[in-house]
Amino acid sequence: MRLRTPFGRQQGRRLTGLLVGSVAVLTLAACTGSAEDAANDDDNGSDSAPAAAAGSNDEEGDQVTIGFSAPAADHGWMAAITNNVRDLAEEYPDIDLQVAEGTNDVNLQISQVETFINDKVDAIVLLPFDGAAMTPVALKAMEAGIPVINVDREFDDPNAARVTVLGDNYGMGVSAGQYVCEQAGGNEDVVVAEIAGIDSLPLTQDRSQGFEDALGECGLDVDARQAAEFTVESGEEVAANLLQAEKKIDFLWNHDDDQGVGVLAAIENAGRDEFTMIGGAGSANAMRAIQEDSGVLKATVIYPSTQGADGVKLARLLVQSKAMSDLVEVEVPRTVQLFAPVVTSENVDQYIDSAFES
Amino acid sequence: MSEQSTSRGAEHVPDVGEVQNPVTPTRETITVERAGAESPSSGGLMSGPFGRNLGLVLALLLICAAGVVTAGDRFASIDNILTVLRFASALGVVAIGMTFVITGGGIDLSVGALVALCSVWATTFATQTMATDTHWTIMVFAALAVGAGAGLVNGLVIAYGKVVPFITTLAMLAAARGLAEIISERRTQIVTVDGFKDFFGADVLGVPLLVIIFALVSLGGWVLLNRTTFGRRTLAVGGNPEAARLAGINVNRHTVMLYVLVGVCCGLAALMLISRTTTGSSTHGYMWELDAIAAVVIGGTLLTGGRGTIVGTVVGVLIFATLGNVFTLNNQDTSTQAVAKGLIIVVAVLLQQRLARNATST
Repeated sequence: MRLRTPFGRQQGRRLTGLLVGSVAVLTLAACTGSAEDAANDDDNGSDSAPAAAAGSNDEEGDQVTIGFSAPAADHGWMAAITNNVRDLAEEYPDIDLQVAEGTNDVNLQISQVETFINDKVDAIVLLPFDGAAMTPVALKAMEAGIPVINVDREFDDPNAARVTVLGDNYGMGVSAGQYVCEQAGGNEDVVVAEIAGIDSLPLTQDRSQGFEDALGECGLDVDARQAAEFTVESGEEVAANLLQAEKKIDFLWNHDDDQGVGVLAAIENAGRDEFTMIGGAGSANAMRAIQEDSGVLKATVIYPSTQGADGVKLARLLVQSKAMSDLVEVEVPRTVQLFAPVVTSENVDQYIDSAFES
Repeated sequence: MSEQSTSRGAEHVPDVGEVQNPVTPTRETITVERAGAESPSSGGLMSGPFGRNLGLVLALLLICAAGVVTAGDRFASIDNILTVLRFASALGVVAIGMTFVITGGGIDLSVGALVALCSVWATTFATQTMATDTHWTIMVFAALAVGAGAGLVNGLVIAYGKVVPFITTLAMLAAARGLAEIISERRTQIVTVDGFKDFFGADVLGVPLLVIIFALVSLGGWVLLNRTTFGRRTLAVGGNPEAARLAGINVNRHTVMLYVLVGVCCGLAALMLISRTTTGSSTHGYMWELDAIAAVVIGGTLLTGGRGTIVGTVVGVLIFATLGNVFTLNNQDTSTQAVAKGLIIVVAVLLQQRLARNATST
């Protein structure tokens, strides 16, 4: 699981706004220091549309029908994606959200998108189970004049999406790798292990590449690597085997905090505590563990679970012919990439309110 | 339902009793085949399809009615119906193959994994290079051959190794997906062979080729099950393998052929899915074994074997496809959909059983 930023929370909003460098228009306005906007924020505690200043992007506009489809919510981060999308849609009276059943069967997901096309929705926000497999149907939607907002897992054809919202998977790996380098303090003999997520996904490959590259900068490499499936069970199973195989580990990077629940269970069962573990995505329970600073988990790397909601927000702007008002640009950008910071006990207070429960 | 199977059993027992002497296999074969040939006219599989399939068709009509009431033209449009049919096609082809295996007293849990393996094998760099250099049908041969090969392995282990089908195909499920992951290095393989994409992506008179393939496979399956010796042997083997064996059917060989058949169906379904997604991937066919078995059983094929219906399977697949479509059109959330689906499976089977009982008792 990765990080969620609940939309009612001002602090979380502000951070995401900064980190993401985009999207949350009102919040960004607050960050740029307008006293009026800041006051507005404080009064509302939420940026629901009715409170939007006249002429701002959040002001109610034309009715927008948005179709949303994502994989099955079989792990915390994915569940948070859909929940955040629903929460966001409720904040905007002008959004009519159609949510299709979450599925890991591309055949079904394709038919859902076809249904949206038949329905002539105004925009489709799509988090594909497999980006390449969903490309033909996304192209079909674009050809039918329906803008597609591609979230998280990229299509293999740039023409298949009008906007792409991505986490920084490579950056997650780099952040984790740099943290390991920093902690290793020049010692090149340390044993580094890695538990990846679903290996067939390009995002997993990007994370591992970033990790490897960052480790290479300080003369380290990955000594043991196993792939789990983002689920708690798979994390437990893979970690148990990995711990059997590696009798001494110094650093362990686990790509996903949801599978991390299983990984931590396996570590506890094995009675191991000689290493430092780094998480991924940034769930609330991972952050609480980091805050308590009692176990092996010392840090996690954020991968925002609000990107589906950001996709819906961008879809709304696009259909209403608005733009991201903090940019000079008058159109919604083509790609929005989110930032992947490292959370440690030193800065966890800053992020914990915006983390999601798994 | 149970009456039906017992009457079928009873139909065969006299055959066996008649031919106590095992030295005359030729005569037994003839007897059984003649008995099988009579069965359609004597209250066999298709003579009373209306009673048995009525509940199913009724359920499908109810779902359609719900679609029309709740979504109106959004449901009852050509585009939407084609969307439902395109979705049902690849899964439907697998379900037809599954109907034969289940009718023959077996089960195949490996179909989803076989679809993945076939899709990967047919889209590897090597296969695609060869297809570009020669002809795109190489990909078709690759998928069908891999499906048939894997089915052959399943069949041989089950028939001659005497390992129960549940375990054998469960092992194949794991092995085939693993092999697909190894071959594809867990990457999604994108199809670049235009001939393949153009052929399978084509429409014939406005009907997608995928849907036509599904229709042809259904028709072929119906003929094979109801109008050929192969079909009658399948019923005999599934109904009572010992009786079938004593009656001179080579049960082992027939079992192997059933699994090869479902394997070929998986290969064909993989080709359809490759065309739909323009990719081959080790994640294709996710949970299709359950979808296919559910459709077959809802259709009225006995899980214990001995009775099978292709019409029922087709309607079963359509029920699932339509149901999902109506849910999506009505913007139902995922968890509600799952609960409703489970309920509808049970209701459909209960309804179907009741109607079948009425049909046989009157």
